[in-house]
Amino acid sequence: MARFNYLEPHSLDEALRMLADGGDGVRLVAGSTDFLIRWRTGFWRPDAVVCMQHVPGLDAISFNDADGLSLGAMATVQAIEQHDVIRQRYPALAAGATAFAGVQVRNLATIGGNACNASPAGDTLPALLAYDAQCRIVGPAGERWLPLTEFFQGPGRTALQPGEILTELRLPPPPPRTGGLYIKHSPRGAMDISAIGAAAVVSLADDGACRRVSIALGAVAPVPMRANAAEGRLIGQQPTAANIAEAARIAAQSTNPISDVRSGAGYRRDMVQVLTQRTLQHAVATAAGGPAPFGELRRLALQTAI
Amino acid sequence: MKQPLQLQINGESRQMLVEPFYSLLDCLRDEAQLTGAKKGCDEGDCGACTVLMDGQPVTSCLVLAHSAHHADITTIEGLASVAALSPVQRAFVEHGGLQCGFCIPGLIMSATGFLQSNPNPTEEDVRFAIGGNLCRCTGYARVVEAIMAAAAEMRAAQ
Repeated sequence: MARFNYLEPHSLDEALRMLADGGDGVRLVAGSTDFLIRWRTGFWRPDAVVCMQHVPGLDAISFNDADGLSLGAMATVQAIEQHDVIRQRYPALAAGATAFAGVQVRNLATIGGNACNASPAGDTLPALLAYDAQCRIVGPAGERWLPLTEFFQGPGRTALQPGEILTELRLPPPPPRTGGLYIKHSPRGAMDISAIGAAAVVSLADDGACRRVSIALGAVAPVPMRANAAEGRLIGQQPTAANIAEAARIAAQSTNPISDVRSGAGYRRDMVQVLTQRTLQHAVATAAGGPAPFGELRRLALQTAI
Repeated sequence: MKQPLQLQINGESRQMLVEPFYSLLDCLRDEAQLTGAKKGCDEGDCGACTVLMDGQPVTSCLVLAHSAHHADITTIEGLASVAALSPVQRAFVEHGGLQCGFCIPGLIMSATGFLQSNPNPTEEDVRFAIGGNLCRCTGYARVVEAIMAAAAEMRAAQ
């Protein structure tokens, strides 16, 4: 068994110094739920870990109408799932959080950790993409902001440079008359990795046409992805059943899935069409009246059978 | 090399020497001799190692032991007083919510944490709350019955 040392910074500056001093041998850990599993299998063998849990302020969640939602990278998935403003204003993100693992893992796992792990199947990631999340990244050269769409570089690979830390995700305020949903499709309801995940967020104009549409998909490409062509098919159009069906068909075409133990590639592509259609329909149906009660959102978010 | 670690476990402050790569589960079982939390999968999937940190259920196999010094940790050993089982433990006994018993400490810790913040749950809420606990014997029906009964008893005692 590969041993490692435990380092515990109490400020962001101290964490940055530990990363700089340790070089390639250190690994940043957030909730440690992915880290300990991958360390036990021998996949990750750091000399030391830098544990971010005791850096104050990194787990803050705040919202205001001007700036939107700020998620500290160390905010837990459970804190996001339980947050009233997120349930009201960012229901697709609340759905992604509630579909995530089980409560014991949600209490540990963080939103920043889920992003940095960069799994194509990360359950919070399609919703973050659909709400146009921006990443605040702090490193030796200072601070930079990067759209989350550019953050994912491949399975387990991100745009973070050596010595950099993701500290915050910021989601702009959704316009009025916006609805959204994320659906996770997996053989088992809890504690399973998504076979396919789909998020849609739709904002309607006064005449009922789609003013803004985002569709984001998980586990159907090397990275969590936006389906831009499908979005373009709906923007400016009335959200009729035919238009939604056509957008869902285009979304399925835009994916690049693999076959693995959870699904065949063909099944994944077919299910993208089904799930995209359902999330779009729900987003449109709830755009005017506000999100479904959370109990219903939870039932919709976890689809073990189609 | 083992490093000093002070943890608050079941209301007691415990001073131990713990390897930096130990999980909280390994620390509880091997250093604190509290073997109620079970090592099932060691991957966070089965929930048999569930303990409470500041009242919230967590899979202790996924917690770095040295990161846990800030938290109040409650294990299954911390629930019963000398004289009596906790309401959740008693309900599991009375409703037959167990067979082989290996998963039960984890299920009881999940249920205990859940009922503290959700005293009046639906059966669907209970099933969602124990979604991270695998039991291969009971089929969960009596486990859910027991948790619903414990909730009712705890509400009546308020």
